[in-house]
Amino acid sequence: MKVDEVPQDLKYYKGSVVRDVNYAVDENGQYKAVISDGWTPKNDALDMALDEVSQQCCQIAERVRKGESSPLEYHAAKNLMNVRLLSDYTGIPKRKIRRHFRPENFAALDDGTLAKYAEALRITVAELKCLPE
Amino acid sequence: MELNIGHRPSAHCENGAISALLRFHGIDLSEPMIFGLASGLFFSHVPFVDVGGMPLTSFRTVPGFLFKRITKLLGIKTETARYFNREKGMRRLDDLLLREKKPVALVVGMYYLPYIPKEYRFHFNGHNICIIGKDEETGEYIVLDSNATQKVTISRNDLIKVRYAKGGTYSLFGRMYWIKSVPEQMPDLKPLILKAIAKNCRIMTSAYRGVRYVGVRGMRFLSERIRTWEKKMGPQKALINVAQVVRMLEEIGTGGAGFRFIYGAFLQEAAQRTGIAELNDYSTRITEIGDLWRTFAVRASRMFKRRKSETCTYDDLGDMLLNLASKEEAFYKDLEKAVEKYMDQAGL
Repeated sequence: MKVDEVPQDLKYYKGSVVRDVNYAVDENGQYKAVISDGWTPKNDALDMALDEVSQQCCQIAERVRKGESSPLEYHAAKNLMNVRLLSDYTGIPKRKIRRHFRPENFAALDDGTLAKYAEALRITVAELKCLPE
Repeated sequence: MELNIGHRPSAHCENGAISALLRFHGIDLSEPMIFGLASGLFFSHVPFVDVGGMPLTSFRTVPGFLFKRITKLLGIKTETARYFNREKGMRRLDDLLLREKKPVALVVGMYYLPYIPKEYRFHFNGHNICIIGKDEETGEYIVLDSNATQKVTISRNDLIKVRYAKGGTYSLFGRMYWIKSVPEQMPDLKPLILKAIAKNCRIMTSAYRGVRYVGVRGMRFLSERIRTWEKKMGPQKALINVAQVVRMLEEIGTGGAGFRFIYGAFLQEAAQRTGIAELNDYSTRITEIGDLWRTFAVRASRMFKRRKSETCTYDDLGDMLLNLASKEEAFYKDLEKAVEKYMDQAGL
């Protein structure tokens, strides 16, 4: 890769301090470190992964609206957490978390448990109780 | 309190953290030099290791290996520690930082890092940062993160969260490492460079006999497997897996083409330091291989973006990988032979 070929396709790095460093060859054949804003193929690859997550979230949201699941399952999926990881972060057993995925059990949760979930999922308790717009 | 270490962006986070630690102790090596001396070039495809529901494909060694290898090579004394108790872990960090006045590198999870863009927050527990100071008033820590363009700060609570990230690839328990002492005289780099190159060639071509997941054999293995993905997983899942390979190739600070370009830069610098001009030719060769990897990434990405003009199939990807494997194998074998010749001459 030549220095002037280093891609500068700014997308997800916008507004943050994070950037890539690429190594490329200048006109004299010498390697140089060049700051890169990103590259379309890798942005596309990230899109692909994010799309998958949002599709999953849509399906769960649909089930929540039908009353088949609780908002907890939605927020967990949105945070890329499976039951095991959520259990690791909250200290709540996996079996109980699966129970809390049912709306009637979720509605009966006490404030302490809700606060634990909210902290692990980086949202407030009020946000945890409903789906985002 | 802030230690006097300048920020220097680098492609790979572990190189960056090592570089900051070494620079504080008066050893100034470039990122490619660190990467090359630690024999960091790698490939593995391990189907039974699960990363977010996908098989592991990696262009880097296990986190922590680079630091271990390079400090051993240079004769530097180091220490690594984990603390199950959070308060203990933070106390030890403060102790090293404020009392012994030493920078400390931490392994942290990406997910709760506050300065990372939202889209990049994945449960990946292998990011390396270097702590160089603490603001006594606010309690914030000053961080060198080589993926950022400048120094950043992180609050104590956030730091505890990222240091004690759970699950994901693996739980961290506040892993940290630092340099205890450096030798008074730096060893001569020439024999070390030759040794490190020979070691890397062996890792890629013939290490771990009988294991087909690693090195050039790993690439052949992936080329076989990738052809079956569409049939085995269905079109959507297969595309996500292809996207995952592209992300491992480019995303996690590889300097482009899965570290191949960094290695090219290393070989070039090695040629200068050792006076062996032949290494320049090998630098050019690995650059060409890197360009091929980039082509692979472009064509693969068109598959999951569904560009109409693109007719790339999984078999094409497999063929490209096969081609890359044979090119790389020839490269490592030739390079190893050349380096061994010079090692014999130098009586190593």
